Amino acid sequence: MQTHQYDVVIVGAGGAGMRAALEASGEARTAVISKLYPTRSHTGAAQGGMAAALANVEEDNWEWHTFDTVKGGDYLVDQDAAEILAKEAIDSVLDLEKMGLPFNRTPEGRIDQRRFGGHTREHGQAAVRRACYAADRTGHMILQTLYQNCVKQDVEFYNEFYVLDLLTDHDLTTEQIEDGAEVNATGVVAYDLASGEIHVFQAKAIIFATGGAGKIFKTTSNAHTLTGDGMALAYRRGLPLEDMEFFQFHPTGLAGLGILLSEAARGEGGILRNSEGERFMERYAPTIKDLAPRDIVARSMANEVREGRGAGPNKDYVLLDLTHLEPAHIDAKLPDITEFARTYLGIEPYTEPVPVYPTAHYAMGGVPTNVQGEVLRDSHNVVKGLYAAGEVACVSVHGSNRLGTNSLLDINVFGKRAGRSAAAYAKTVAQHKELPENPAARVEAQLAEMRDRPEGERVADVRQALQETMDANAQVFRTGDSLNEALATIRDLQKRYRNVSVQDKGKLFNTDLLEAIELGFLLDIAEVTVVAALNRKESRGGHYREDFPNRDDANYMLHTMAYRRPTSAPDAGDGHVPGYFDHVENFGDYKVVLGSKPVTQTRYEPMERKY
Amino acid sequence: MTAVLENPAAPSSEPEVGAVPSFDVTLRIRRYNPESEHGEESTWDDFTVQVHGTDRVLDALHKIKWEQDGSLTFRRSCAHGVCGSDAMRINGRNRLACKTLLKDVNPDKPITVEPIKGLPVVKDLVVDMEPFFASYREIMPFLITSGNEPTRERLQSAEDRERFDDTTKCILCAACTSSCPVFWTDGQYFGPAAIVNAHRFIFDSRDEGATQRLEILNDKEGVWRCRTTFNCTEACPRGIEVTKAIQEVKRAMITRAF
Repeated sequence: MQTHQYDVVIVGAGGAGMRAALEASGEARTAVISKLYPTRSHTGAAQGGMAAALANVEEDNWEWHTFDTVKGGDYLVDQDAAEILAKEAIDSVLDLEKMGLPFNRTPEGRIDQRRFGGHTREHGQAAVRRACYAADRTGHMILQTLYQNCVKQDVEFYNEFYVLDLLTDHDLTTEQIEDGAEVNATGVVAYDLASGEIHVFQAKAIIFATGGAGKIFKTTSNAHTLTGDGMALAYRRGLPLEDMEFFQFHPTGLAGLGILLSEAARGEGGILRNSEGERFMERYAPTIKDLAPRDIVARSMANEVREGRGAGPNKDYVLLDLTHLEPAHIDAKLPDITEFARTYLGIEPYTEPVPVYPTAHYAMGGVPTNVQGEVLRDSHNVVKGLYAAGEVACVSVHGSNRLGTNSLLDINVFGKRAGRSAAAYAKTVAQHKELPENPAARVEAQLAEMRDRPEGERVADVRQALQETMDANAQVFRTGDSLNEALATIRDLQKRYRNVSVQDKGKLFNTDLLEAIELGFLLDIAEVTVVAALNRKESRGGHYREDFPNRDDANYMLHTMAYRRPTSAPDAGDGHVPGYFDHVENFGDYKVVLGSKPVTQTRYEPMERKY
Repeated sequence: MTAVLENPAAPSSEPEVGAVPSFDVTLRIRRYNPESEHGEESTWDDFTVQVHGTDRVLDALHKIKWEQDGSLTFRRSCAHGVCGSDAMRINGRNRLACKTLLKDVNPDKPITVEPIKGLPVVKDLVVDMEPFFASYREIMPFLITSGNEPTRERLQSAEDRERFDDTTKCILCAACTSSCPVFWTDGQYFGPAAIVNAHRFIFDSRDEGATQRLEILNDKEGVWRCRTTFNCTEACPRGIEVTKAIQEVKRAMITRAF
């Protein structure tokens, strides 16, 4: 075992992690730990753009952007955070340009902007050009630019190190901790893939920027490596997860594959059609049609298929029609996604419509933070020295449905804020907080148990069963029955997980072992997602309950806060977990306790959401 | 596969999505695991798996790992050709496993899969990428400017932006560098990927570091080692005209025009 000491340790080297590193590394001794090489991170797969009311091509302002974000999130957005997001968007984009990001340009040489779903002028009057972009590789350019600047600043990376535990000075799962009492994060435990060695990182401040958990679903735009690691580690250590029931299904995944085709395709004029050739979004969102927010478009598509108007031999997808666009325009603005259609489906988008269907894309929920990036341990107390940013976090700027181009924005605005806050805090701490005794014991035991189990079930079988039940029962349409079925399956899979074994028993580059560990994260995240979805008996944003099809502000205008506790721990409502939902799902060996957190409303009253 | 708007029910001669027949394919994979009974020896293992017509080499590798041999080791992440993790030698050519459809690499014969060449093999298809990234870092792959930053964005014409567009597409997968015969014999050579990333900044109208980068690449291990074999261009999964970019850097070195 090796130990390291840093002021700031950042876990994850995607957009949020590297943006944070650029802030922190100049101020404090900083290390970035990533399970991938930084340029492999999934920020690089983001395509369409990054929202900012630059008003480079038409009138726009941050207030309209704030409103669109709040309405897009079906009013579950914390409005103070959304205002920060929209205001700081402008400098975030300019920061990236100054770092070298090659944005597409207007004829005047300014950063070009285009339309995207849910972004409007004058509070919904018409679509506005707000997305700053670099062809359909905006995420790639952001990831490369941030990495380039990390090289320039000589940021220290630990690549292909898997963080497998978070260390704190109190056990939040069992200890009764008073309101206002101090809880500190003290370090993380990591596994070096190349050598199999354990490393303990002691830090004054830790930033989680580990990304999402799309692999709980089968059909997803997410990378194989997006297994909810950061969320699961925090959750297992007793921290709450917020709004996990809200998962975004991106409307245009390549049918059958889930590979993302950017909303920019519709921003540039692409049209969704059913098997009858009808532009069906005119019926669902008469004003902005194909540029409605993603939850609405995804549901509309699924509904077309359900009502028998799907295309293809099995009538199980709809068509994204770009054939009316000039090939030169497609090449200039959408080169990568049209190549995906050619490579993976053999479709020529110049002349043929592309088969598409919703694909699991983005977790609106995650580790709760305040606007400084500090992680909350309940509805209002923070864990000192612990920060989170990006998809792993829930600020909440996305509420129940994120607008396209707001996630590349989120990682930049809140990555920067988390980096600054963490470094500033680390500078106020004279001495590192003491690590627990045997800090790596838990991880070592977990790895040894998994490695040494002689034979058992295959990881891939359990994972596949999980992903299939999530696709079948917790996707665009949900009911109490479907969610209960998913939960029963997940409970069974949790039991089977205790019996999985890996074939690779070695120390060197043992990806077999790490896939098994990642499966454990996926199971925990799927479980809490389904428990939260069962409890929210309303439909809002990305969470649609057919048995409760309306939004219910009277009972559910609240963030869900889910805690995992030993069965013996007190339930919600007694001060241990401030809560209103007070729902407890007891699984025998532990329970999921659902509490709540108020939604911050500033200037916008909830209204019916029409487009 | 076709999807026709006007008459969706029309029978098609091409197979449709979901209707693609499955077939068996054999992968002949170069194995190396110093912890195994073979020690420092590398060996070939054959695996036969059933796959679908839309499956890629990565899908077959996953099937092997998940159903037959969990110790088979390779890198992967995004699985659609943008993260650059899974460059490997497939039937003797450098490709991304996630972008190579099995039906396109003649599945009637065993498909050979090996690690990319010129970098130390760590285990099976995984190589040590550090020397590759070290070369990348050496060419100062970041925007260099002087003076005060402007209040708003720097202006750049669409034409100036287009000048270096091709080389911004690089995903650092190392397919080009590890296809280069010069790099195979001389690991000190910067290699195509580093030069591509130097090109990306040398020809960016906002950048003022071209002279420094050209100085670095004027080194005996720099651009002059390129023998214009075009392997790199052929290998690039992003379609970057790598050899052309190297030629442009060579020309800039002589003319100092960029």
